[in-house]
Amino acid sequence: MKRYSVFAVAREALRNHMGWERAWRSPAPKVRYDAIIVGAGGHGLATAYYLGKNHGIRNVAILEKGWLGGGNTGRNTTIIRSNYLQDSSAAIYEKARSLYETLSQDLNYNVMFSPRGVMMLAQTQHEIRGYKRTAHANALQGVETEFIGPGRVKELCPIIHIDGPRYPVLGALWQPRGGTARHDAVAWGYARACSDMGMDIIQQCEVTAVHQADGKVTGVSTTKGEIACDRLGIVVAGHSGVLANMAGFRLPIESLCLQALVSEPIKPCMDVVVMANTVHGYMSQSDKGDMVIGGGTDGFNNYTQRGSFHHIEETVRALIETFPMISRLKMLRQWGGIVDMTGDRSPIISKTPLGNTYINCGWGTGGFKAIPGSGWAMADLMAKGEPGPLAEEFSMYRFREGKFIDESVAAGVAH
Amino acid sequence: MLTLTCPYCGVAADETELAAGGEAHLKRFGPGSTDAEFDTYMFARENPKGVHFERWRHAYGCGKWFLAARDTNTLEVFGTYPAQSSAPPQHIRDAITAKRPGWTWRDFA
Repeated sequence: MKRYSVFAVAREALRNHMGWERAWRSPAPKVRYDAIIVGAGGHGLATAYYLGKNHGIRNVAILEKGWLGGGNTGRNTTIIRSNYLQDSSAAIYEKARSLYETLSQDLNYNVMFSPRGVMMLAQTQHEIRGYKRTAHANALQGVETEFIGPGRVKELCPIIHIDGPRYPVLGALWQPRGGTARHDAVAWGYARACSDMGMDIIQQCEVTAVHQADGKVTGVSTTKGEIACDRLGIVVAGHSGVLANMAGFRLPIESLCLQALVSEPIKPCMDVVVMANTVHGYMSQSDKGDMVIGGGTDGFNNYTQRGSFHHIEETVRALIETFPMISRLKMLRQWGGIVDMTGDRSPIISKTPLGNTYINCGWGTGGFKAIPGSGWAMADLMAKGEPGPLAEEFSMYRFREGKFIDESVAAGVAH
Repeated sequence: MLTLTCPYCGVAADETELAAGGEAHLKRFGPGSTDAEFDTYMFARENPKGVHFERWRHAYGCGKWFLAARDTNTLEVFGTYPAQSSAPPQHIRDAITAKRPGWTWRDFA
């Protein structure tokens, strides 16, 4: 693989850009791999990358039923933060956030990580207390956050209407090193690095059955034929229940549709990410200039990537109250992604009832921010067969044991 | 918009008029059950991509709980029936079979 650099850009500029190579290969599947990862989204590709980089396991296939990064990795609102309350959550999300800081250099691919700062508005007395508590917890966890007053909020984001009649802004939880990244680039960068290590990324290849012998996985059937493996990693977000069913177990997960939308592009007007959880809306401005807006989830099980229209109305209503200047903005696109929700709104990185089979799911409405940390922890689990310190609290058996990691505000929104 | 007909008051209700109540026909386990039974009852869900039986409440209408058979992949509704049913009635099963031959859901069908 040729490295991307300023010299490469100069070289290609002189020869009409004819020398750029494909970022990743698209090989036919081999008969056998040491490890198969189902799902070439951010989490699956990151898992493969750290399997190769940290553990030297490179005979790996990543199977994808659609196209690379076409699921939730390409459908989220790209927010990165780690201001969680519980220690195990803060540890894995902060690991992810810190890996994002140097991910572009690590992958030799510009993921456009922009630590522009994330603020979560407190608009009720309860939220003030909650966020102050989170700020104290974050101080103990080594995560840099601060509770700021309404004056500072207005200074950081002048377009906020801070003294609305119903929900005035009373303060905010501010994480200065949170921000956004280019979501597609994260998938593409990991894919390119995996392909460079000799891993096979096989798109348009749907897994249709999981095979086992003596309680251990032996391979999978796919739309491109039978593939054998020693280890299987299931990293398929909304479709986790479908894959778990093939592997013969059930999960504490329900799949819902979460929506997002973007506006027409406008001149730069906000350089932070704002989440307004009481009124239920969050917004940031992309480098292109469009306002990226997160919406709500439908309350019922859903595998259609659409979502109900009335949620958009609720979201837009909330945001117009918070940012009156956007009231005449046109919305360009709306879409939905299938999110896998657990009972305690925390993820699962776990061994499963089937031997040598591991699952990484349950990221629900907030998976993008976790991609590097999730991949790191999942790779550790798949390489060693036992969870490391980042993953051990996230077992799928925690529900039976009553060891919940209660982050029911995981997206920072009231679902 | 999803529209379900309430089997009690007969109103064809939009989803803004309804409250979703999750998977139907769960067998309840309480004190005296094993950890595995309670865990399965409390947390494990079918979560199928396809035929799904679920609870709904006509919240902004007659207020009654009822059950619905729906496809989670197409949002097609096969029918609704009273909450006092321990299994889907035959006419609902037939309606599903007509459109999804070979469907399965736990011990039903």
